[in-house]
Amino acid sequence: MAHPLQIRAEILEISQVGAYHRMVLRAPGVAARVRPGHFAALAVGGADSAMLLRRAFSIHRADPDAETISLIIAEAGRGTRELLRARAGDTVDLVAPLGTAFPHPAGATTALFVAAGYGSAPLFALAEQVIAQGGSAGFILGAPTADRLYGVEAARQLTPDVLVTTDDGSGGIKGQVTLPLAEAIKAISAEAVYSCGPMGMLRAVTEIATAEGARSFCAVEQAMACGVGVCMACVLPVVGEDGVSRLVRSCVEGPCFDGTRVRWTDVGTIPADLHGAAAMGVR
Amino acid sequence: MTDDMIPAANLLPDDVDLTAPFGNGTLPNPVTTASGCAGYGREIAKFQPLTELGSITTKTIMPYPRAGQPTPRMAETPSGMLNSIGLQGSGIEHFVEHELPWLAERGARVLVSIAGERVEDFADTARQLNGRPGVIGIEANLSCPNAANRGLVFACNPATSYDVIAAIKEVADPALPLYAKLSPDVTSVTEIAAACVKGGADGLSMINTLLGMAIDTTTLRPALAGVTGGLSGPAIRPVAVRCVYQVHAAMRAGAVPEVPILGMGGIRTGLDALEFVLAGAACVAVGTAVFNDPTAPLRVLIELREALAARGFAKLTDAVGFAHR
Repeated sequence: MAHPLQIRAEILEISQVGAYHRMVLRAPGVAARVRPGHFAALAVGGADSAMLLRRAFSIHRADPDAETISLIIAEAGRGTRELLRARAGDTVDLVAPLGTAFPHPAGATTALFVAAGYGSAPLFALAEQVIAQGGSAGFILGAPTADRLYGVEAARQLTPDVLVTTDDGSGGIKGQVTLPLAEAIKAISAEAVYSCGPMGMLRAVTEIATAEGARSFCAVEQAMACGVGVCMACVLPVVGEDGVSRLVRSCVEGPCFDGTRVRWTDVGTIPADLHGAAAMGVR
Repeated sequence: MTDDMIPAANLLPDDVDLTAPFGNGTLPNPVTTASGCAGYGREIAKFQPLTELGSITTKTIMPYPRAGQPTPRMAETPSGMLNSIGLQGSGIEHFVEHELPWLAERGARVLVSIAGERVEDFADTARQLNGRPGVIGIEANLSCPNAANRGLVFACNPATSYDVIAAIKEVADPALPLYAKLSPDVTSVTEIAAACVKGGADGLSMINTLLGMAIDTTTLRPALAGVTGGLSGPAIRPVAVRCVYQVHAAMRAGAVPEVPILGMGGIRTGLDALEFVLAGAACVAVGTAVFNDPTAPLRVLIELREALAARGFAKLTDAVGFAHR
């Protein structure tokens, strides 16, 4: 796990990016520690705020020279609405970087990056690392509608291999990111697929990638309450190296997992073979 | 100082003696973490040295591994939250082998929260803490469903509370103070408190969460997979202060034998902690506030010391129960 800092971070910019907002924060000491896949947890409101739980966002970019990090935020409820009311110059209580990042790509590898909506946020920095190491990258970016895609232009600046899907056909291929996935893996001979999005998508991506002989690394979007590993709210069933399945924390052991170790179909349940299931009366 | 005096505000924070009664002994200061809000210390140690806190209270430990409830396990509520974690943990053997030594090496003073579904479970768990470095006390989480009593929590009944405390006391190292953690969801908290002290409790932790529920108006289902959950956070602070005040009053009146109270329930600032001290708590625990601010325990300690100094209390113990004068 990352070694996080808790700081009062100045908001340098909040700007609308399509259906989302980009927040740029001055975060001295934080940026240099960030690896793609790490996340940040923001407190909502001040010391008397009635919203106690932090909101977690994957870190989009980290610039150690400028000592800034940027986050992509979708207005999803009271908490994000409150956070987006802030203006440049305001400060926010930030804990970052948090979580387990994506594994560092080994050597000159070929990787495919797959995301739904703003799930793509952490993937561009990782794709740049792959390319900088002499590897190559492809993207499949999907969303329900074209206006909810994120980073299509940024992806095209990195590679010509960019596919876009929308559920309603308003942009790119009509369908979900998994539709062109198998062909795309074959087309660029991808050795690894890095993905971020809803559980159902990550499960399907892992199944397809595995069937095509590629590794699958997934960043999960599980609801978190503390972000630092103490509350046990964000758990999901994962098979350990010893073969035993346990409920592990998305915020510490994740959010980036080897997709083949996550028991996707058992998320939200206590399967009978889970460590400690007997004590819950599960058979 | 007599009980009638409002103390003078002429002290520096460093001058305040924070030594806090704990069981029959003392701790260097009154602040601990509330069980279940700081894991086994590793995570919050990244935000404050554990030795700065009077003690660290662990997540509740059971005799065996326990998966806990399915997700969703948490729902935010006004100035609080509901949780239905279901006491997920790897069991006492894992704790004493892998977590406790880490804490002991760092010099942390560890108050170990334990629970079970049967009276014997509590005793079996407590027995394994005897002679372990780092352990300074045991907290019995009585808000655990009692398998022998239709799944009702031990804490809701004086007799079952007594049974658990007496059974632990029988096997635990007598040098380890035993705290009984009380639920506010009872008709008379002083009655349960009296039963626990009679059973041998050396202190009372109060309060545990209140039973609550939220329904998701989008899915039209309960917000938690466990349906009901424990309400915590500043929303419950007035209930907690009331419980501490009532039990301390009963001790002053001689209705409950005097033991130190470890107060908790929605403490977010030093002034919140001071409220508990004035109500009668000798120690205080920071719980849900940790989720909002991982540095909260140490911050609350610093703020409490400043608040005591500003009110002229040279010693923490001078302020304990001061609201009863």
